Amino acid sequence: MRLFAPALAFLFWSAMALAEPPNCEIPGYFLEGQYELKRVNASVSQHRQLTIAVLGTGSSILAGPEGPRSAYPARLEAVLKKRLPSVSVKVVTLVRSRETAEDLAAGMSKLLVDQKPDLMIWQCGTVDAMRHIDLDEFRDALSKGLETLHKSGVDAILMNMQYSPRTETIVALGPYADVMRVVAQQHEVPLFDRLGIMHHWSDTGEFDLYVTGNDNVLAAKVHDCLGRGLATMVMDAAHLGELEPKPAQ
Amino acid sequence: MPEVELGEAARKIAPVQAPAVSRGRDLRLDLFRGIALWLIFLDHIPSNIVAWITIRNYGFSDATEIFVFVSGYTAAFVYGKQMRERGFIVASAQLLRRAWQIYVAHVFLFAIYLAEIIYVATRFENPLYAEEMNILDFLKQPDVTIIQALLLKFKPANMDVLPLYIILLLLFPPTLWLLQWRSTLALGASVLLYVLTWHFNWNLPSYPSGHWFFNPFAWQLLFVFGAWCAMGGAERLSAVLRSRVTLAVAFAYLVFAFCISFTWYVPYAGQFVPKWLEEVIYPIDKTNLDVLRFAHFIALAVVAVRFIPQDWPPLNSRTLWAPIICGQHSLEIFCLGVFLSFAAHFAMTEISGAFWMQITASALGILIMIAAAWLLTWYKGAEGRSAGARPKKTPDADLAGGEV
Repeated sequence: MRLFAPALAFLFWSAMALAEPPNCEIPGYFLEGQYELKRVNASVSQHRQLTIAVLGTGSSILAGPEGPRSAYPARLEAVLKKRLPSVSVKVVTLVRSRETAEDLAAGMSKLLVDQKPDLMIWQCGTVDAMRHIDLDEFRDALSKGLETLHKSGVDAILMNMQYSPRTETIVALGPYADVMRVVAQQHEVPLFDRLGIMHHWSDTGEFDLYVTGNDNVLAAKVHDCLGRGLATMVMDAAHLGELEPKPAQ
Repeated sequence: MPEVELGEAARKIAPVQAPAVSRGRDLRLDLFRGIALWLIFLDHIPSNIVAWITIRNYGFSDATEIFVFVSGYTAAFVYGKQMRERGFIVASAQLLRRAWQIYVAHVFLFAIYLAEIIYVATRFENPLYAEEMNILDFLKQPDVTIIQALLLKFKPANMDVLPLYIILLLLFPPTLWLLQWRSTLALGASVLLYVLTWHFNWNLPSYPSGHWFFNPFAWQLLFVFGAWCAMGGAERLSAVLRSRVTLAVAFAYLVFAFCISFTWYVPYAGQFVPKWLEEVIYPIDKTNLDVLRFAHFIALAVVAVRFIPQDWPPLNSRTLWAPIICGQHSLEIFCLGVFLSFAAHFAMTEISGAFWMQITASALGILIMIAAAWLLTWYKGAEGRSAGARPKKTPDADLAGGEV
């Protein structure tokens, strides 16, 4: 019976979640963590500016003329600008399609020199899982990249794969997602669990991710919600809410 | 199926099965393998809420360990008897034929898999998943992909267990020979191979990159350990197994593993795990059968053997009939399980991915596995009973769970 208890609790909780209106809802445990973004905090409090670089692969952009503006990095920037009106916020997107974590880690130092970000949001894992890269190599690549960031004093958030129900039997994401979780924990870096969050949205009916058609609206909505989630994570982990002066009455 | 019939079947095979070194057929093996097959099926359905009940969520090891151990045990049980009675060459030839059957089954499953993903590929254009669609690039070179699959280098998700089983059986004839004469030396050689594999990173290559997800040079340890237990090792260990200290250690380890696995699902709990402990335990390497996983399986086995004796009455009752017959037809039921997990995923994508569908598909899948196992048992009985049927010369390894 002890084994069934968590499953039953999960069922009950999911049924509760179904009743709520869909509104980019992300359960707290996905975003709350004990790791802090100190550089972000310092930059905002001392210089009133924040530069974020998003380094990722194909799932960090959307195609089409509206693509770049609808993708989650642009949405993150928009939300942060709104929430931090007195801060100069800049989000740059560095998309490297079809590159593995190792490729991305190798180019990391140069990106830091070019972009001088306070925070690097590193999205990866999909390409590695699709190519069956050895888990050891994947782990080493992640560690190498995070160490590069750490040495340069740049904060990091690791972001894992998208939840894609139709391709689940084709790409085994699980082992790669596990590695990312462990590496993030070891390097004391927040993990933005995109896989878990999108899975949650699919379970609660917030989004129908099984849809096959060419639906740009759905893609834009999902990215908007991801951007909001990321903004909340950045605000919380860097304690930015406390830094923003309260608007005058 | 009434238990009378099963009892009759068991009596019928008992003289054939009785090995020189063990006291006869152990239904617990069939039971555990049957349950392992169900759990593997549940784990293979992606995004399945029912998979929360499977053991992988509550510790380090999962159903694969049970499957490989029991397969090693039954392979030694069946082919060991052949080797003693009919010699090394005949037993080896039977093992190779078994490996060939598993290879054919694997290729059959691959064909079904190809059909499923080509269906997905031709109907999927959601711009959200433009990146994920790159996985279908390999369909641009079907010739290369199919040949790599036949060479066991290209293995789709969830189709890694049968190739492992094939390699284990190919390596088994010399191991079994050594187990007959110097069983502890054979186990020592297996441990040595495991250690060298970890030290030198030996593994077989995969296509398009990387290595086998289940490293056969590491996983052979569990298979050979199962075989060693069948060849009298279990009796040698019986004093250790009976000791209260062993039981206490096993329990403590299972609780420890449960606590660690809790932090995987509740990230907040992660902060209570000391840093040094994280450094020691992670990564828990499934590919190379991490020592923590092996130990977790041993702890589970110690507890299971302690509380479920060989003459446990439910083993011969109707209650446990379903998992036992599934465990007795392991290859067929395993392959059926892989197919059913594809079918369940297909139903989830085409009809609904909701919880009711996950629960229905899981329950229906297990019922189909039971029905198929019952049908196979019936075939065997019908063939055995038919007039003029000559008694089978080949060992009926079905009944020990590892057919010839």
